[in-house]
Amino acid sequence: MREAFYLLFSGDPETWGIIGRSLRFSVFSTLFSLVPGIPVGVALASRDFRLRRSLAAVVNALTALPTVVVGLIVYSLISRSGPLGALGFLYAPAGIVMGQTLLAFPIVASLSYAGLTKLDPRFRETLVTLGARRLSRLVATLREARALLVAALVTAFGRVTGEVGVCMMLGGNIRFATRTMTTAIALQTSQGEFDRAMSLGLVLLLIALAINLVIHSLAPHEN
Amino acid sequence: MKGLRIVAALALAFVLVLGIGPAAQPAFAQSPAPANPLVRMATTTSTDQSGLLDYLKPFFEKETGYKLQWVAVGTGASLKIGEKGDCDVVLVHARALEDAFMAAGFGLERKDVMYNDFIVLGPASDPAGLASATSASDAFGRIMKTGSTFISRGDNSGTDVKEKDVWKAAGLSPKGAAWYKEAGQGMAQVIVMADQLGAYTLSDRATWLNMKDKFGLKILYQGDKGLFNPYGVITVNPAKWPKTNIEGARAFMNWLTGPRGRELIASYKIGGEQCFYLY
Repeated sequence: MREAFYLLFSGDPETWGIIGRSLRFSVFSTLFSLVPGIPVGVALASRDFRLRRSLAAVVNALTALPTVVVGLIVYSLISRSGPLGALGFLYAPAGIVMGQTLLAFPIVASLSYAGLTKLDPRFRETLVTLGARRLSRLVATLREARALLVAALVTAFGRVTGEVGVCMMLGGNIRFATRTMTTAIALQTSQGEFDRAMSLGLVLLLIALAINLVIHSLAPHEN
Repeated sequence: MKGLRIVAALALAFVLVLGIGPAAQPAFAQSPAPANPLVRMATTTSTDQSGLLDYLKPFFEKETGYKLQWVAVGTGASLKIGEKGDCDVVLVHARALEDAFMAAGFGLERKDVMYNDFIVLGPASDPAGLASATSASDAFGRIMKTGSTFISRGDNSGTDVKEKDVWKAAGLSPKGAAWYKEAGQGMAQVIVMADQLGAYTLSDRATWLNMKDKFGLKILYQGDKGLFNPYGVITVNPAKWPKTNIEGARAFMNWLTGPRGRELIASYKIGGEQCFYLY
């Protein structure tokens, strides 16, 4: 345990390289997942169309998508023998980000949908009464629900930072290239290097804690 | 609201500092850079877990200007990755599988690299009495007779293929027995498992040398000619996958089997013991 703290605080370059890389992948995949995630959440919350409830249920169910299944699906797509093979994403950061984006998307969509439906219905009516146009109505709604959207974002970030399946299958755990905190922990534990594994485990724990603090600090605001 | 802002600002600062900051990349003095500098290799776990590749990488990169990356997954999986065109070169150790790979046209060229041997590891108490075994077949027979726990790689790696060969040569079939556990994991993982369970296992010598200080296992049988462990390097056939970096693959193959690679392989020692030998 002392060795674990030493590795962290002495600034061991490989350990910190892994931490930085993990966070970089997670930041990018979380941001990319917003692009389809928020519009889907908004569409589910604001429009009434056939199959809306079933679609919302599907998106909700996808939040529990097993990481190895996402890994498997994306693997078969981005392998050179697959349809997207020409991109060269497999065993590269792009592959990890692609898989993690898929993991994060249903979380962002489902949580932003849930958040938007929690808004006071009078809010929307007021906007309509005030004669707000569609776009400004949307902007005002997203502003009103921003705490919930941030919570969705942070939850998705936590999910992708802590997952191991996608990183291992699509990144290949390549040292100095695609080795992340989770795959490094898996590798180091399997080789009996518990101190190194523990130092990264501590960082993951701190991140999980920070995420929960952020969500917690947002909670009173929504009421 | 103020609290929210502070938390958000802190979170943003945290992400900016750690997340987007430039990646810490080791800097190498480059020779004239090749057009496509990235060489991607699939390899058996032993070349990685023995520390050999980490030792060779900076020399290869500095001397040729290429950049070497590898995934360490076992021989069977490495060849599959080569078949699918997801690497440029493979470094493996299961001659029969390698020959089938070449025969099917997935490989362009194959060269011998180095060799060492397989060893049977087990608990110091040696319940199966391997210390007095006379051959690999005899050693495996004693494990089966006493029903001592044996961990098999079970992953179609080079070591796994060798282990199945030994059982077959001994005319034994352990599959399905309660004492015979197929782990489906890399060599280092299986050594950790064997140590935890007080079990026997077959290992390549290099991985064991790199790990032995941490574990209570012992080499209980070695020296049978049948436990010979040769490694080969194969370039992936670009006729099959045109995106293959064949120049890079060839550069690595020639460097590894050339004077410089040979010199470094022979000089790679763990705890004073040589891990790999040259032909």
